[in-house]
Amino acid sequence: MTVCVFFGCTFIAFGPAISLFIFTVARDPLRVIFLIAGAFFWLVSLLLSSLVWFIAVQISNKENASLQKGLLIFGVVLSVFLQEAFRFGYYKLLKKANDGLMALNQDDTMPISIRQLAYVSGLGFGFMSGAFSVVNILADSLGPGTVGIYGDPPHYFVSSAFMTMAIILLHMFWGVVFFDACEKKQWLSLAVVVCTHLLVSCLTFLNPQYEGSLIPAYVIAFVMGAWAFFISGGSLRNLRLCLTCKDKDFLLANHRPR
Amino acid sequence: MLIATGKWILLLIVSFLFSECIYCNSVEQKIYVTLNKTVPCVRLLNATHQIGCQSSISGDTGVIHVVGDDSDLEWVLKTGNTPPYMVLLDGSLFTREVMIKMKDSTRVAGVAVVVPKKGPEGGFSPHQKCPNDKSSVYSNSYGEEYAHCNKTVWNPLGNDLSYEDFHFPIFMMQDENETEVVKKCFFDHNVPVNGSGPSYPLCAMQLFSHMHAATNTVTCMRRNDLQATFSINPEVLCDPLSDYNIYSFLHPVNNSGPKNPDEKVIIAAARMDTRSFFWDFAPGGESAVSGFVTLLAVAETLSKISENLTSPLKKNILFSFFQGEVFDYIGSSRMVYDMQKGTFVIGLENIDTFIEIGQVGLRSASQLWIHSDPVSRQNASIDNEVKNLSSTLMKVGNDSNVPIFEPSFSQPLPPSSFQSFLKAQYIPGVVLTDHQSAFSNRYYESIYDTSENLNMSYPSELGPEEQLEFVTAAAQSLSEVATVVAKTLFKQAGGSEEDLFKVRADPKTVTKMLYGFAIRSNNSWFRSLVNQDVKPSLVNGPPQYYVGVILPNSSPKQKRLIQYVLANLTGTVANLTKEQCQNTDKSGDQNRELYDYFWIQGSVPLNGSDPVSYCVRSTVRLGEAVSPAFVLKQYGALNYSTWTESRWKEIKARIFLVSSKELEMLTLAIGIAILVISLLVTYFISTKADILFTVSREPSTAAY
Repeated sequence: MTVCVFFGCTFIAFGPAISLFIFTVARDPLRVIFLIAGAFFWLVSLLLSSLVWFIAVQISNKENASLQKGLLIFGVVLSVFLQEAFRFGYYKLLKKANDGLMALNQDDTMPISIRQLAYVSGLGFGFMSGAFSVVNILADSLGPGTVGIYGDPPHYFVSSAFMTMAIILLHMFWGVVFFDACEKKQWLSLAVVVCTHLLVSCLTFLNPQYEGSLIPAYVIAFVMGAWAFFISGGSLRNLRLCLTCKDKDFLLANHRPR
Repeated sequence: MLIATGKWILLLIVSFLFSECIYCNSVEQKIYVTLNKTVPCVRLLNATHQIGCQSSISGDTGVIHVVGDDSDLEWVLKTGNTPPYMVLLDGSLFTREVMIKMKDSTRVAGVAVVVPKKGPEGGFSPHQKCPNDKSSVYSNSYGEEYAHCNKTVWNPLGNDLSYEDFHFPIFMMQDENETEVVKKCFFDHNVPVNGSGPSYPLCAMQLFSHMHAATNTVTCMRRNDLQATFSINPEVLCDPLSDYNIYSFLHPVNNSGPKNPDEKVIIAAARMDTRSFFWDFAPGGESAVSGFVTLLAVAETLSKISENLTSPLKKNILFSFFQGEVFDYIGSSRMVYDMQKGTFVIGLENIDTFIEIGQVGLRSASQLWIHSDPVSRQNASIDNEVKNLSSTLMKVGNDSNVPIFEPSFSQPLPPSSFQSFLKAQYIPGVVLTDHQSAFSNRYYESIYDTSENLNMSYPSELGPEEQLEFVTAAAQSLSEVATVVAKTLFKQAGGSEEDLFKVRADPKTVTKMLYGFAIRSNNSWFRSLVNQDVKPSLVNGPPQYYVGVILPNSSPKQKRLIQYVLANLTGTVANLTKEQCQNTDKSGDQNRELYDYFWIQGSVPLNGSDPVSYCVRSTVRLGEAVSPAFVLKQYGALNYSTWTESRWKEIKARIFLVSSKELEMLTLAIGIAILVISLLVTYFISTKADILFTVSREPSTAAY
């Protein structure tokens, strides 16, 4: 659909992620490293799950459409479980790396807290997941045509972009909640993360009825976002302080160099 | 663990490389419908002009509009509110006025022509009214009163459309199913409702046919030379139109030995190429096929009787099939140039007479007409020879029930290869056609010049192989003409009267040739005549006779088919094995100088399943048909053909839906808004992070 739609959808899908990267991750090399490592972990989980699905499809009957659909659902569920498993694996790896990092740092203190690691790894997962979701679609949106000649709904590109934005934000929030649950050994929170991930992924099977998948995804994103906010130490009082600009006194009272 | 991961990744990569597209829901397949069976119009250049069509480098896109009458055309040119338009033109409106109107408009992005099976009743010829005027022998210095078709307009139906320069792509839709798909898309999305414009999304078409060459041949060749000299990876922009002439002597002539100045040769010529508005689509039924099939029959007839004659023929006969004649006589001018330079087997001084078979397929009242050159006939000896030839022809014709006449008024030669020879030297000769003045062919050099134009009709219950053997009226007519020409050649070459009755063309061979060359080249007879290399080029439809270009590493073209047919009809079976037959080593064997050997497939015997191959010995040879302008590197020459064909990267067509500009701008605006808002919010959050997330105090950055 031409260059305008390409850039519009790119900004919609990656806008929040890019701004988060620029302002919070880009300055600190350690955070960049852990973001990229997180992205890699997500990539490996996707490769594994797609390999399993691929083999399953090759040995099955390709003509049977309902069997193929069933295999796809199986593939998506397996992929969700593998992603969360790799998130857990990354958490374990980071815990092990903590000791090494402390030894490297001259201050003998943590250069990066586990909470920051949670946020950065979640964002890494989100970047890679978003890229795989939407890059193919963006490439095709550069051409002169739009979806619809076979009767598909015409807002395909924009809906995919909004879905991608939701997924990226969701991965970030899931990362924070997941690591916190692992730290505090709250396995119920862990289960909630996995279940909401499963729910959002399976809701996409309702497409092309985009209301069925987009609206619940954004609702869940808002809920997870609030949960992650409270976990990371935010509170309504802090929020009110910031928004009404009464924070200056607070800041002066707790002066901290940047 | 790293090694294990490595092995996994390798396995993944290997399996992806060998995978096919299972359950492929690619987004591109949702958007585009590719049109596979289309024929483009390409750009051709000569010394001074460029003709044909051009598209932009990334294709031309336009909203589809089906144009079937004038009101639709009005919508496209004036009233429609979503230009530019891609016109789906009905074949009946493919006329000069409509095309010129669209050419002058800026609202037309391209044209897709839907071609009906039969041509319009009144005739249609996109060629010039005066074909090959610039390279005609008649000019201001030779026969001025005959120049530029002053006396006779040969192609009155010509509208010059093929020689216009269009700045948008024009494609031809060959397949009815694809046309239906496009029309359905139009009727679903593009039909104006109640006089106001239709609403987005609209159905659009994109045509790619970007041509690399521009301006004229001189410029293009100069750019080619620049590329070859300075570029590491030189890119050729255009190629000269070229192919091969096919010629064969009745008695073999030594190819490399000294020429015998006393040898007299009669040349019997026909042309084998034609063209149309679109690229590589030229069925050429009456323009080309009628002529060369007749000449093939003449060659067969004379070869068959030349062995057992009471007295041998005094003169030799050269059967020549010229290529590229439509484009200012490429083949014949090259043969004349070779004769002048001495590189051809014979020289111009060896030519005794010249007989050319022009368009002979549509003989109204079965009449055949003789054309000769009035200017050279002002010379008494030439006039005598031509008179002799004409009287022989008319006598033979009368005896064979083919009435032959000469126009009673002074008329120039029609466009014919004979004109190239006349430019070099006065030669007595005639051109035989079925028309007295203007062409009887109402579809000259157009897409409608098919077997139907030749009135070839078969009973409907016959299958392909039965149609091959069925003798049509057209075949009967052509074999009569072939008999007349063969007898005339026989008598002109000094044949005796007692043998004259043996000279008769076989209608069965003529009908098989007509079937193969005008309806379907993939038939059992042709398959048995060719060898393994040419067999893949046999198609289930009529072959096309556009001259084309010689590309390096390209497959042999259909024109080789005429070479093999001629070899089979005039040659003899040689008792050689496959290795001996295909051995091109010329040393030691005297025969190699005189003959050429072909290893051909052969037919399947009655009680076998594999074809029995054998070696054929014949005098058929190929002569390069590249214009002397390219040999001499005089690309701006006005006396030789300078036609070139542009090169291109890809040619394709596809349809899809487009949305309105406003919607696209809205999407971009939303994207930019989201980006700006997220940047602001993130900046706000990151500067106030200490306040917002008070519990997570980082000890490393604490001041106290």
